[in-house]
Amino acid sequence: MSNAAESTRSLIVERVFPHPPEKLWRALTESRVLAQWMMNNDFEPEPGRRFQFRADPMPNWNGIVDCEVLVVEPQRRLSYNWGVGSGELQWLVEWTLTPVDGGTHLRMEQSGFGPDQQQAYQGANYGWQKFFGQLEKVLGGVE
Amino acid sequence: MQSAKANPVFRALADPTRRAIFEELTRQGEQTVHALTRRAGVSQPAVSKHLAVLKRARLVRHRRDGRETHYRAQPDALAPMVDWLNAYGAFWRERFNDLEAVLERME
Repeated sequence: MSNAAESTRSLIVERVFPHPPEKLWRALTESRVLAQWMMNNDFEPEPGRRFQFRADPMPNWNGIVDCEVLVVEPQRRLSYNWGVGSGELQWLVEWTLTPVDGGTHLRMEQSGFGPDQQQAYQGANYGWQKFFGQLEKVLGGVE
Repeated sequence: MQSAKANPVFRALADPTRRAIFEELTRQGEQTVHALTRRAGVSQPAVSKHLAVLKRARLVRHRRDGRETHYRAQPDALAPMVDWLNAYGAFWRERFNDLEAVLERME
């Protein structure tokens, strides 16, 4: 049932849940439900909406994630950017829902891009993927 | 969520020109600032500035040879970034587990 695939290109975690896409969509987009498995938040499913996830502060992290909603396709696709450390580090978090036999396949992909590239995030995302792809050989020697 | 050690590495590599310079050094081995400038398509002072940021993140090392400065990639410096990505992997798997529990409770 559970499958987590990760690489250094970007982070991908996916799983099939025995629930319909409508229910998963609610868990991803209703602020109160979202808070139960992610973090406290003021999320609204509207493109351009700026919101925050708030957790308890930790060493090296003030507990706040600054986000902006990018894509809302009900029951199919949701994405927002994910900024930590006063916008120094920006990530893109993309959720994809696909109906499958007996449930929904949920895929989360987190990829990185610089704060100067928010406008063209897809291009920047490609840049990182290409970058990490080329570094795979190098990283083989690190681990 | 955010590793202090990985932070300068991410920041250094968030810039596409710096990423290109670092890539070039990992692919081609040691290079002079002049050679890097020819390929980078930006001025030499700009390349030197980018190299200084990469150096602060310990992603490159340099040595002087007469009038030329040679730069070399230090891929080991990527290790904190790899650790950080692994930590985020654990974060998301925990979130998925919590989501599973929430879905069970939902109508």
